[in-house]
Formats: sequence, C-alpha cells, structure tokens
Amino acid sequence: MKFQFQDLSQMLTMDGHGVYVWSAVIVTLIIIIGLIVRPLLQHKVALNQIAQDLAREKLRKEVAGESN
Amino acid sequence: MNWTWFYRLGSPLWFYQTTTRWLPWLSLLAIVLLSTGLIWGLGFAPQDAKQGNSFRIIYLHVPTSFLALAGYFLMAAAGAIGLIWKMKLSYMIMKSAAPIGAALTFLALFTGAVWGKPTWGSYWVWDARITSMLILLFLYFGVLALQYAFHNEEAGNKASAVLALVGTVNIPIIYKSVDWWYTLHQPSTIKLTSAPSMHPDMFQPLLVMILGFYCFYVVALCLFTRVEILRRERKTTWVGELAARSSYEVESDKK
Repeated sequence: MKFQFQDLSQMLTMDGHGVYVWSAVIVTLIIIIGLIVRPLLQHKVALNQIAQDLAREKLRKEVAGESN
Repeated sequence: MNWTWFYRLGSPLWFYQTTTRWLPWLSLLAIVLLSTGLIWGLGFAPQDAKQGNSFRIIYLHVPTSFLALAGYFLMAAAGAIGLIWKMKLSYMIMKSAAPIGAALTFLALFTGAVWGKPTWGSYWVWDARITSMLILLFLYFGVLALQYAFHNEEAGNKASAVLALVGTVNIPIIYKSVDWWYTLHQPSTIKLTSAPSMHPDMFQPLLVMILGFYCFYVVALCLFTRVEILRRERKTTWVGELAARSSYEVESDKK
C-alpha cells in the first residue's frame, strides 16, 4: 500500500477531480457531525427544561403550603 | 416461555441506561473506522483505470446509500412493532430514524451528483435508480411531517408507522432498478451472493467505511432516541431525578 499522490497539493487537486471529491467529503462531514451535535444540544436543553419545571412546581407547592 | 426480556427491551429506562454505558465505546469505534477508511480511501487506494480519482467518492456514496436504505427498513420495522405491540420505545426509535435517514438519503443523492458530473457529464439524470432514491427522500420527509401533523401523539405515531410500512415497497425497487431498467447507474459493486467486482485494494477501505457508517448510524439513532425519551417520559420519576441531578451539577460547576 502506498500513497497515491506526490504531495498534498496534488491530493487536493486530484487531476481536476478534486472539486468533486472534496465537496462530497466536506458536505458529508458537516452533515454527519450535525447529526451528532444536534441531539446532544437538544438533550441538554430538554434536561434543563425539565429541571426548571420541577423547581417551579416545588416552589408553587411550598407557597400553597404556607398560605394554608 | 419467559417473555420478560422482550418487555424489558421496550422499556425506555432500560434503553437509556444501556446506551449511557455503550455510547462512548461505540462513538470511539465509529471515529476510528471512519477516519481510517477515509484516509485510506482518499489517499492510498489505487486510482480507477477509467474514472480516475473521481471514483474515490464511492467511499462516501456507497455507505450513505446503504444506510439510507437500511435505515428505512429499521424505521418501518420499528413502526410495525409499535403498531402490533404498542411499544412506546419502538415509536420513539421510528421517529428518531426519520431525520437521520433523510440526511443520509440527501448525502447519497449529493455524493452521487458530484460523482455524476465528471463521470456522466451531468449532475442529475432522471433515471430509475436516482428517481427512486428521490422518492425515498420524500418518504422520509412524509414520515417526519406526519409526526408533527397531529395534536394527538398517538395518532401521529400510527399515521407515520403506516406510511413507513407502505413506503417499503420502494426499497426493492431501488435495489433492483439497476437490473430492471436501462440506466446510467452502474450495477452494484457488492453482492451477497458473489465476490465484489472490485480489486481488494479498493474494496478493503470501502468495507471499513461501511462498518464505520453503521457504527455512526447506531450512535446517532441512540442520541436522537434519548432526547425523545426525555421528552415523552418527562413526567416519570427517573427522568425528574436525572434532570435534578444534572442541573445540580451545572450549578456546582458555576461555583
């Protein structure tokens, strides 16, 4: 197994096919990274939201308890 | 016969806990396989005699197309299990599979288009394989849209499960389109029944990429499903405890 190009700049151009190959690589990488990052962010947001709701609920119960 | 394992499989809590344990390892495996396969395929696999370097797009095109189809099967199967056994987790998996499948189908079409330009001279042709893949993309969109079209979650689940099941008709059409119709698209390189029509030096990195994409798919599906579990099980005690613990950790980090 050997490296197929003389140097990295030749690997970038790929005899004129570089534009096609590298645009495929870049778009694929952006989308698959997005498919990982998006649910990770949503996971965090969902947990915070639930924690906030629980805290609010608790506070309301305490206030209701005092007024009785 | 003891069926408890089957019911445990349907438990969101069990799924959440198990994936918490396995996700780091699976992610690591996906990263290692994908980076190895990509560097191998782009830099070290020999050039194609006819297509030159543009053939290297195969290392993205074939795995994304594979997963676009396999993901559809998985989504339809999850829908069927939901319809038959009323399993909550299975609907959550079905819903999570739709955006990932749509993204992978788009990638299959996109990488195909940029491969088509230097090889066929055109980004797009209305031939059987490509058109049936476009229909697959619309089916994924349909399942996604139906989920949000109903106020009642149960009705949305059932409607998208039915659409997903009906849409499976399209899958064998996509597979067979290169044999049934006269088309520009080349026939499959990899077949279950015979050796691949590809030199081993080119085939090995492709195999690594396919395995890597399978691992990536499982990771992404688990991540999406975990978010869905939190949303749908928010009233349960265990999700409440989890949320309280994580917000406590955030606050103690601030201090």
